[in-house]
Amino acid sequence: MFAYVIGRLLATIPVMAVVAVFVFFLLRIAPGDPAAIIAGDDATTQDIENIRAKLGLDRPMLEQFALWCWRLMQGDLGISIFSNLPVTQLIAQRLEPTLALTVSTLLVAVVLAVPMGVLAAWKARSLADRVVMGFAVMGFAVPVFLAGYILIYVFSIKLGWLPVQGYRPIAQGLWPFVEGLILPSIALGTTYCALIARITRASMLEVLSQDYIRTAESKGLATPRVLLLHALKNSAVPIVTVIGIGIALLISGVVITETVFNIPGLGRLTVDAVLKRDYPIVQGLILVFAAGKVLVNLMIDISYAFLDPRIRY
Amino acid sequence: MPSSIPASGTEAPAAEAPPQGPWTFARRNPTIVIGGLLMLVLVGIALAAPWIAGDPLKLAPVNRLRPPSERFWFGTDQFGRDVYARTVHGARVSLVVGFSVAIAASLIGLAIGLLCGFYRTVDAIAMRIMDGIMAIPSILLAIALITLTRPGLWVVIAAIVIPEIPRIVRLTRSVVLTLRAQPFIEAAIAGGTRTPRLLLRHILPNTLAPLIVQSTYIAASAILTEAGLSFLGVGVPPEIPSWGNIIAQGRSFFLIAPWSILIPGAFLAVMVLGVNMLGDGLRDRLDPRLARRM
Amino acid sequence: MTRPNRSGLRALALACGVALAATAAVAPREAVAQEKVLRAVMHADVRTLDPHWTTQTIAGIHGLLVYDTLFGVDDDFVPQPQMVGKYDISPDKLTYTMTLRDGLRWHDGTAVTTRDIIPSIRRWGARDPAGQRLLLFTDRIEAVDEKTFKIILKEPYGQVLATLGKTSTSVPVMMREKEAMVDPNTQVTEAIGSGPFRFAKDQWVPGSKTVYLKNADYVPRSEPARTLSGGKIPGVDRIELIWMSDPQTAMQALVNGEIDFLEVPQIDFLPILERSRGISVVKTGKIDSTFGMIRLNHLHPPFDNPKIRQAMYKIINQEDFLRTVVGNPAFYKVCHGLITCGSPLENKGGSAMLAGHDPKGAATAFRAAGYKGEPITILHATDHVTINPLTQVMIQAMREAGLNLDIQAMDWGSVVQRRAKKEPPAQGGWNIFVTTSSGTSGANPIIHTWIGAACDRGLFGWPCDPEVEKLRSAWGFAQTDAERLKIATDLQTRAIENVVYIPTGQWMQPIAYRSDRISGIVPITGITALWGITKR
Repeated sequence: MFAYVIGRLLATIPVMAVVAVFVFFLLRIAPGDPAAIIAGDDATTQDIENIRAKLGLDRPMLEQFALWCWRLMQGDLGISIFSNLPVTQLIAQRLEPTLALTVSTLLVAVVLAVPMGVLAAWKARSLADRVVMGFAVMGFAVPVFLAGYILIYVFSIKLGWLPVQGYRPIAQGLWPFVEGLILPSIALGTTYCALIARITRASMLEVLSQDYIRTAESKGLATPRVLLLHALKNSAVPIVTVIGIGIALLISGVVITETVFNIPGLGRLTVDAVLKRDYPIVQGLILVFAAGKVLVNLMIDISYAFLDPRIRY
Repeated sequence: MPSSIPASGTEAPAAEAPPQGPWTFARRNPTIVIGGLLMLVLVGIALAAPWIAGDPLKLAPVNRLRPPSERFWFGTDQFGRDVYARTVHGARVSLVVGFSVAIAASLIGLAIGLLCGFYRTVDAIAMRIMDGIMAIPSILLAIALITLTRPGLWVVIAAIVIPEIPRIVRLTRSVVLTLRAQPFIEAAIAGGTRTPRLLLRHILPNTLAPLIVQSTYIAASAILTEAGLSFLGVGVPPEIPSWGNIIAQGRSFFLIAPWSILIPGAFLAVMVLGVNMLGDGLRDRLDPRLARRM
Repeated sequence: MTRPNRSGLRALALACGVALAATAAVAPREAVAQEKVLRAVMHADVRTLDPHWTTQTIAGIHGLLVYDTLFGVDDDFVPQPQMVGKYDISPDKLTYTMTLRDGLRWHDGTAVTTRDIIPSIRRWGARDPAGQRLLLFTDRIEAVDEKTFKIILKEPYGQVLATLGKTSTSVPVMMREKEAMVDPNTQVTEAIGSGPFRFAKDQWVPGSKTVYLKNADYVPRSEPARTLSGGKIPGVDRIELIWMSDPQTAMQALVNGEIDFLEVPQIDFLPILERSRGISVVKTGKIDSTFGMIRLNHLHPPFDNPKIRQAMYKIINQEDFLRTVVGNPAFYKVCHGLITCGSPLENKGGSAMLAGHDPKGAATAFRAAGYKGEPITILHATDHVTINPLTQVMIQAMREAGLNLDIQAMDWGSVVQRRAKKEPPAQGGWNIFVTTSSGTSGANPIIHTWIGAACDRGLFGWPCDPEVEKLRSAWGFAQTDAERLKIATDLQTRAIENVVYIPTGQWMQPIAYRSDRISGIVPITGITALWGITKR
């Protein structure tokens, strides 16, 4: 096991390298030219050429790549082409909102979905089961931005209970922080309800099907509390799965939520950077995401091995 | 991720039952039937589109943002295009996206997953590549792919398929790994059965059930992902209607002309619901043990 | 596993609650209530800080807040002195002597001198086309003393002051000597100007928020503010430019009072905004702010053939474009001309050709002109909120005329890169793209770069007609209004014949703001000014 862990950790290095190379060259092969975008609409071709030269973008790709790698090893993620600020600073500015949104979304999703899944499993195959799971699916079936607009219209404009948009850092007060996250978390969290509810339902069914549970039930001994405890024990694997999938999916989901609710997070930073071809930001962010996901996957796989000895490597 | 299969013997073999007529089937498996019917209706609408609806591309700005009426059953959008025609034709694109992504991701994921479960070296390399793919946020991969090649329906499909593959691979692989530990497989290996035969005759059939169920969920997810990409401006080219891009492109008019978005949105939701019901029904029917895994 | 430790859980919950409450209690509050903050959402986020280096309008808005200009046009496009105190033009119109007014200081406290001004003019003039033209006719710029300098021309170019006071980008702002000496193709990294606001660089979150602080040491002129002339009084303590990429969210934020000023509300939202309490909508400036244009590539078939280019006029109905993008006729205008309608130089030269919308005769016209069905490559920007629908309308019109279309859907970034390529369409080039430009630029033949036909040295599309360029140049030397109008008419006629671009109509983009909180907006067309605004 120990050897496995070390092996996997070492294996992450080539993965990161592959990702880095892939992204670097993909960006440069793809059409689009940061110099042209940055020069503005009324610039001439000559202007663009000049700017490109000054940014070092007309150098051979391998030379640019070598330069980037060299800086990377010194912990320098590069400088944004547009704003001239260090990529690390840009990432640091945007990290808190995305983390906050991710955590609160997962929280909302779990709080809504787990009871639904438990209920559905309890009444498996009945109408109640179908209806509850149907509700979970409806949350998924409405695109995030549409859910967002509806929520804003009802709760911000009509009722005036919550703000329309924006992110308020926790340092400025707990309630404003929470207030600003409620609607986005609901809009995005309901998207994951179906997935989490389904997995919860599955693991509860697993519990309910155990021989000793059935025996206890037939003897009238299985109380809801006992069942829930066993469900919790059994849910370790699915919960871990959910966390992994959640983090993986959230970056994609938060992009749209951050746009609709105007939260200045990493998702929006990345999409903007890709559309503007601000290469250093995209490269730096992809590496950060990659490191995060690879580590999360590793932890999931390790925990699987702990939780289910039948999965051998 | 499925939890382990329970020890054998918990399921009694099906007793000899009298042959089931269609009504009995419907009564016993309502979800498959309802889900299936919904899908059939939608597919029917999609196929019949050229005959039951007008031209989805014809624009007439003078008819901009009209509410539903005799002439325009679902009203018009900001270009004066008929929302009914676009919704009906949009069914085609959305369904093509959903099915293509589901089939492609399943086939590719299945193949890789099977190999991973059996060959250690393939496993090591392929899982690292899967890690790499999962490390890049799918939206970015989609944007990058779409801007790299000539944008169009198939590129969008490819861009949505690629990030789905690692999950199918993991699913298939874990099923294969658990199956390998089963006594009957060990017996087969001891008896000299060669691996390809093993894969095809014994392993593959057992992976099909979870795969089919999972692919239905992927189909629904793909259509929604396409909506998200259209929202960002990099989905299916805007003139070609798909439910996703009708909703995304018309989103600014949500407060002014809600019908232009809510009606296609309702179609989208119905499709997702139908696909999910079908998936749930199949899951319960094909292998009751699946219910405890997915 | 035994029963979960109930009391343990309870204690934990209690501890969490206490911790959270404590956090809330000791969290630092917002800045002092007295500070007046203007929260504005503009059409883009401030991405780069160098107004000389980029032609982005948002950089110009940033530039006008932080820096100052020598001259500034007023509402009638007449250039008025701004940083300049008194000035003198020699009788032969070749020497302009200018003296800076008193009280001009950089944000670092040092005085503004001619050592800063002269390199600034040169740096800006190296890249900006109107500035390049000015320097072309300039013999030398020399300093007389710390505050006085002379611009000595080679020929009596009549647009010196108008160019130095223009509203279109790149705006001719004055920088410190240190920044002005930076190569024009490299961005300056500091934003230290002499304008009414200071740039708070430490609070800048690119892509999200840009902060400006009142420059209490700014000495505004005494005249009332009109467009870029007059006293630019910083009315609030702090300006926050918040970037919201979703127009609907921005509109809702204004309705809910989370922002005070929305630069580009979608015109479809105006009924909602006008119904909302405390919100007003105001048209800015006297002439329309934006016009759309279809740009053809003159280098490659089929649009290298002038007759085929002219056949395109038959299929374009400006009403369709305007109604789609703007919706409300009160805000748009069909304009059969290349000079912005409603501006002093509006004329009818060549307008018959632009008004010749004839969809039925279009297919015949194309065939007669020699169109044989070659594919026409269209660069379709799908993520641009205005250009996307404009392009879709154009595509439909072209399709109905039976043209063979090769539609390349891509994001705006790709369009921007590909339109700069002169290769044939099949090898990465293009035939058509759609864009928009500012109405004020379109009012002045020199500043209106899109009307030019400078062949290889011109803007994307590369229309080529030396006569057009001669007329533009001649306009710069015209001495009377009548002469200017005549030359403008001839210029427009010639440019329309050459099909430098096809206009899709013009419109006025109004501003929406919370009139229950702010007042004093200075109406300018084409670029937005945030000085003069005060908050209750």
